[in-house]
Amino acid sequence: MLALAGVSNASMPSAAAGAVAARAFPIVYLREAYPGPGIMPSLLETQPDDLGLAGAEDGTAEINTTGKFLGWHFKLYVVTLPAGADVAAQVRRVFAPGPAVIVADLRAGDLLQLADAPAAKNALILDIRTTDDSLRQQDCRANVFHILPSQAMRADALAQFLVEKRWSRWFLLQGPTPADAVYAADVRRSAARYGARVVAARSYDYNPGSRRSDTGYQQIQTQMPLATQVGTDYDVLFVADETDLFGDYLPYNTFDARPVVGTQGLVATAWTPAFQSYSALQMQNRFQLFAHREMTERDYGGWLAVNVVGDAVMRGRQTSPAGIRAYLRSDGFLVAGFKGEGLTFRTWDQQLRQPVLIAQPLMVVSMSPQAGFLHPDNTTDTLGFDQPETQCRLGH
Amino acid sequence: MPSRALTGRCAALLAFAGVLCFAASVRASELFVSNEVDDTVTVLDGDSYKVIATIPTDQRPRGIIETPDHKAVLVCDGDSSNIDVIDTRTLKVVRRIDTGPDPETLATSLSGDQLYVSNENNALVTIINYATGKWITQVPVGIEPEGLAVSRDGRTVVVVSEETSMAHFIDTRTWQVVANVLVDNRPRVAVYTPDQRYLWVSSEVGGTVSVIDPRSHQIVHVINFQIPGVDKQYIGPLGIQFTADGRTAFVALGRANRVAVVDPRSYEVEKYILVGQRPWQLTFSPDRSKLYVANGLTNDVTIIDVSSEKAVKSVPVGRLPWGIAVVP
Repeated sequence: MLALAGVSNASMPSAAAGAVAARAFPIVYLREAYPGPGIMPSLLETQPDDLGLAGAEDGTAEINTTGKFLGWHFKLYVVTLPAGADVAAQVRRVFAPGPAVIVADLRAGDLLQLADAPAAKNALILDIRTTDDSLRQQDCRANVFHILPSQAMRADALAQFLVEKRWSRWFLLQGPTPADAVYAADVRRSAARYGARVVAARSYDYNPGSRRSDTGYQQIQTQMPLATQVGTDYDVLFVADETDLFGDYLPYNTFDARPVVGTQGLVATAWTPAFQSYSALQMQNRFQLFAHREMTERDYGGWLAVNVVGDAVMRGRQTSPAGIRAYLRSDGFLVAGFKGEGLTFRTWDQQLRQPVLIAQPLMVVSMSPQAGFLHPDNTTDTLGFDQPETQCRLGH
Repeated sequence: MPSRALTGRCAALLAFAGVLCFAASVRASELFVSNEVDDTVTVLDGDSYKVIATIPTDQRPRGIIETPDHKAVLVCDGDSSNIDVIDTRTLKVVRRIDTGPDPETLATSLSGDQLYVSNENNALVTIINYATGKWITQVPVGIEPEGLAVSRDGRTVVVVSEETSMAHFIDTRTWQVVANVLVDNRPRVAVYTPDQRYLWVSSEVGGTVSVIDPRSHQIVHVINFQIPGVDKQYIGPLGIQFTADGRTAFVALGRANRVAVVDPRSYEVEKYILVGQRPWQLTFSPDRSKLYVANGLTNDVTIIDVSSEKAVKSVPVGRLPWGIAVVP
């Protein structure tokens, strides 16, 4: 029943016609000045300084277009903590004016420090950066909502696609980090869920060194076949390399002629600059105009988080973090994110329920869940930790 | 193409009674289907549903309508920033009208002297003089404007904006936005009821149709759809059409692959008609005995018999059929 009728006025610029006096709504964008990821394997991979933030800024401009008609003005306050900051201590000033709505561009450890800070007890935190399963499972928090798909959702999204293709014998190549171990466990879980098999598995502790040399590819061309010679027939190589140490070297360098999927090669992601379905093309155009670069997954996270807030305030008519939280968990909430269906939060772990793109570097190949993977309530809940499996206890 | 003007039966008689038949020849209605990916418009015979012509257009044809005098079919070419004007007699593109960036849909004024075009990429409605092609004005609206509706008194143009999720009411005397109504997520199509008392707006991602009182600009009802065996998130309402008596409404439901039959008095959904995949826009035959459904993913048009409310036939067209214009 929301409607606002402004009176047309010849002296008013037409863009403002129908506009009403605006109430301000603050959103805090909280990030830390982490040291850069270092040199990426490919020269084509760039690391813009405003990754995530540009999406949130663009999203703020867009919800303000709606706000202009409904009497709301959203303002994004960007807080950048110094690298290695004591998050719990630093955020006290963020919460000084009272409970806040925070878009968190923080790594897992810092996110937990933020969520557990006494001052944040009544805050609403929208996590746009992490994919860690642990934050959706044993380390879930009642004041945190996760925008991007978890590692388990990504493994399931790829697994469904591979099973649909009948490429069900996997060679799992696992990197050295703890995150790689989590993702590798997710791959095994997906195989068990969907009737695929891990027929070979290997750990690979690759040291990327300086990454740049005039003879770089020559050594790679001998190292990668050695790393992938397993003597077992398989359909696809499933790589678990969450920190981009070597995964991008694998396509066309495997010992056997097999596709590479997982954290590199064919990946599962919430967004890629190549995605154009379901009006995503218009979003890509708008973002390019706004930020003068391509829209990344974290930018999409920032854009979506701000739109979640806009929806809760303007459609849900909630203005307190507690009210917004209740609304996001209710049947009334739904946000549009260019996936052809409304996106909602799973109440058991506050993970955004969403279809996941299956993409190679230049093209979107598919979107999971795949047809034929069924669920009693919501097909999209075939991706990731479903309610019966959750280890999250929100205790609200 | 003289044979195009003759019905099949008449063509068979032509050898025996050419002159008589020519005099009595009845030109069947024709369907013009925009094929978003093919950059073509498929023309189907309204009786046989055979392809009469495939007309090349500019890039990404989507919104398609006939002019009130039926002399032309107009199609928005989103990636070429213009409208193709198709002569309905020669079935050729005879003119191109500059629209500004990314035109998605269009409507005409009652007399056809003005075109209203939604520019999806830059949040504008462009008002164009049809005779001269000159822009009269541009009206800023919400982000990703799409479906347009014109009130029967010609005083109001409504445009819905997908990203802003609003129906914007524009006064055609001042070209000012006079009201904005927030509806459910990603509205696509707006249609006045035949008695003009209500405006129906479909929300694709919200999964609902909002019924708005155009005088008070209040939402008076929200129609929901529930289909046994179909996940709620696949129900994406899009095209809307009313029978002339206003007693029945048809709503295309996108990925639910169905057209809903709704009673506009009770707002009850009476039936779901299975059609092709991702039905988008709907259009009636000139006598309103048939409803044509453009199925985006199966590249065909489903023909629904209106009285029996049954799908009777599907005919292939080009790739990603978007909308349908019908010329009697």
